[in-house]
Amino acid sequence: MTDDIQARTNILEMRSITKTFPGVKALQNVTVDVQRGEVHAICGENGAGKSTLMKVLSGVYPHGTYDGDIVFEDEVVQFRDIRDSEAKGIVIIHQELALSPFLSIAENIFLNNEQKGAFGLIDWNKTNHEAAKLLARVGLRENPTTKIIDLGVGKQQLVEIAKALSKRVKLLILDEPTAALNDEDSDHLLNLILHLKEQGITSIIISHKLNEIKKVADSVTIIRDGKTIETIAKTDVTEERIIKDMVGRDLEHRYPDHTPHIGEEVLRVEDWTAHHPQDPNRVMVDGVNIHVRRGEIVGIAGLMGAGRTEFAMSLFGRSYGSKISGRVFIDGKEVKTRTVSEAIQNGLAYATEDRKTYGLNLIEDIKRNISMAALDKLERFGIVDDGKEFQVANEYRTSMNIKAPSVLSKTGKLSGGNQQKVVLSKWIYADPEVLILDEPTRGIDVGAKYEIYSIINKLAASGKGIIVISSELPELLGICDRIYALSEGRITGELPIEEANPEALLKLMTMEKPR
Amino acid sequence: MSDLETKPSDSTAAGAQVNPVENKFTDRLSHILGDLGKNGIFIALILVVVLFSILTNGILLRPQNISNLIVQNGYILVLAIGMVMVIIAGHIDLSVGSVAAFVGAVSGVFAVQWGLPWWLSIILSLLVGALVGVWQGFWIAFVGIPAFIVTLAGMLIFRGLALVVLGNANIGSFPAEYRALGNGFLTNLFGEFQLDPLTLGIAAIAIVALFVQQFRTRRARQSYNQEVEPFAWFVTKLVLVAVAIGLFAFALATYKGIPVTLIVLAVLVLIYGIVMNRSTFGRHIYAIGGNLHAAELSGIKTRRVTFWLFVNMGFLAALAGLIFTARLNLAGPKAGDGFELEAISAAFIGGAAVQGGVGTIGGAIIGGLIIGVLNNGMSILGIGIEWQQVVKGLVLLLAVAFDVYNRRRSGGR
Repeated sequence: MTDDIQARTNILEMRSITKTFPGVKALQNVTVDVQRGEVHAICGENGAGKSTLMKVLSGVYPHGTYDGDIVFEDEVVQFRDIRDSEAKGIVIIHQELALSPFLSIAENIFLNNEQKGAFGLIDWNKTNHEAAKLLARVGLRENPTTKIIDLGVGKQQLVEIAKALSKRVKLLILDEPTAALNDEDSDHLLNLILHLKEQGITSIIISHKLNEIKKVADSVTIIRDGKTIETIAKTDVTEERIIKDMVGRDLEHRYPDHTPHIGEEVLRVEDWTAHHPQDPNRVMVDGVNIHVRRGEIVGIAGLMGAGRTEFAMSLFGRSYGSKISGRVFIDGKEVKTRTVSEAIQNGLAYATEDRKTYGLNLIEDIKRNISMAALDKLERFGIVDDGKEFQVANEYRTSMNIKAPSVLSKTGKLSGGNQQKVVLSKWIYADPEVLILDEPTRGIDVGAKYEIYSIINKLAASGKGIIVISSELPELLGICDRIYALSEGRITGELPIEEANPEALLKLMTMEKPR
Repeated sequence: MSDLETKPSDSTAAGAQVNPVENKFTDRLSHILGDLGKNGIFIALILVVVLFSILTNGILLRPQNISNLIVQNGYILVLAIGMVMVIIAGHIDLSVGSVAAFVGAVSGVFAVQWGLPWWLSIILSLLVGALVGVWQGFWIAFVGIPAFIVTLAGMLIFRGLALVVLGNANIGSFPAEYRALGNGFLTNLFGEFQLDPLTLGIAAIAIVALFVQQFRTRRARQSYNQEVEPFAWFVTKLVLVAVAIGLFAFALATYKGIPVTLIVLAVLVLIYGIVMNRSTFGRHIYAIGGNLHAAELSGIKTRRVTFWLFVNMGFLAALAGLIFTARLNLAGPKAGDGFELEAISAAFIGGAAVQGGVGTIGGAIIGGLIIGVLNNGMSILGIGIEWQQVVKGLVLLLAVAFDVYNRRRSGGR
């Protein structure tokens, strides 16, 4: 972009977009201007209307179902579907990746855009050759014939971007692209976005993560309750300002105050080892020793793949892994945790990092989800007391501030924060001694995070032992009393909160096994 | 989670602006409409009945035909109960027709060839069915082979075993008490009347029990501050159901009285209704079908539940086989042919979801009755078996399409 004037023109203007669903105004006069060649971040809490806005832009909600104008490259556009928008060079990459797992990278890249040769048949040499060129552009060193299922999420994300590039993308929209990525993959992705910017590709990035917005965005538009709050230029971006815009109030403290009252040791795990479920020779958790005291919030920090979830799930009724060994003590007494129900009976609970896949029955109501892990408390002679169950669920709805019309609402219709509160309610009702929380605030907006932290504090104050697993170091530093670092399945260090800081933790988290 | 889904629950502001009076009215209306949606399957049954009553000039509603509806379709309804449970858990059972034939044949050996007492023959036969369930449940729950494969194999295995047991011949002439299971009527216990008093009495008791139960449930809900439907609508619905039971009983009473099959069915519906609605076992079935991983990580012993589910299915398939054999007074090689398809259709017409987690015993029964009315109605009209199949296939397709459409509109999954 040598032309100065060209550089400052808008590639996209969304003018007073209003989108109504029955009974709800999802978007009200939302206006967003995106300059050619910039990275534009869109920020907002869950349910603020970001995804709706992007669906309007990409034609998922066709022209006519919303009010307002979309101007793309100085031309009013009226998309009927997503193919229309793609034809213009607008490509959206959704949070849930849309790749076909058993097809190869190249096949996925050119899905519905096949590279044809003679007689309209697919030219595989050309397909794989073109795919390899695209993979080089996104910095993915993989064979184009590799199947998607053999790639990690980070690499899949890159395949999605390569696919977008194959469509001659001008405006790339990324919906929470790093939500499922570890720090390393996130970094690579963010650098790629900057690299694409140099090549003249404009990007819109939707994100919760304020540090990455600060890293890549040239300007930030904040949306709250379906309205544009403001657009901030890069030079004026501060975390405080974005948070204030997002939640509509100052969040002086992102973490509630917590004065620990630490008591006796409640959990001790000795020499815990677990192997990969399919490959019993691969050690995933390697001789882990930890302990937790009553009233204590203990963090486990580790990069993706360090074995955090593997440790927690293997401990919780051997839900993960093979050839598991080690000893578990609750209140100083050795217990067995061979099955989930045995683990629960002995006072363990584990709230999963992936609540939709492992935590909730999304087609069932709040009430039945809350009672799921402790139905025995509500039954007599095998018959469940419906009324009592309703009462219990209602108590949790009030005390946990679950925002839903009633406990008979389906959990699939709740926002991420409210779903997480249902998961927590379930485990609190099961009344464990030790609660393991795996990424308790993943995919949850800032306001709800604060509530979740408060709940964790309250649980600790009531004498439970809490283990928090998180990939967000500020979160661990904000709420824990003590933090273990995990690397390659081994505990590489332990820091009391007074000595813990990101640098020290990162050093431990990246410590390699002596070879 | 898209914004569309999260928005309504979060935005209390939108709801607060609505005029409260208007709100109350629309509230009631939406209650009734919501109920109609939920009871869509019930309405479909009524429509099918009305349609065939008109087409057959009322022959369908003659006492004998109403009685036949139960007697001729009882075994499908028994199977539908077990099938809907299997489907809710996210599985399928293709073997039930073959199992029914196999158990029918085995019961012939017990009751006819060995001359065992009728009651012992029945108990042993049911046991054989449960053992078949143990066999299939073992492969599905503990070895982890998909139910589709295991029961497809079972379909062949037990059909073959039925032929082996029968040895290329029919076994016939069962004891009278055995035959009562499929052909018997409870009647004339108090002498001969134009209208059987026992039938009417049982109907009266059923209606009273229904009222008491419904009112108690309602009161219990109110005492927990749970939302209840408007009183007028609640009573209207109850009265309509009571009238339906009354008319049904009246028809039976003018014919031969209550079929034994109906008694068996009523007991099954009652027990399995409680199991699915109120028992922990039922909860676990729904939890497994809704999200297997979440159920497992909540401490539910998913394999054990699946295992018992198939044992139960084997038991019910055996019972269906007995009823069918008793009705024909014959254990033959063609018995149970296509039963699995009718039972599966009944469950899906009754609102069960292919992905699992959704479905009810009541729905499956009504689905089975719809198939029954179609069977009987079309037979009365003299429609050939070939077109009957076409019609039943279309009804299944439409019923599920309607369900899918409804779910999509309400923003379910």
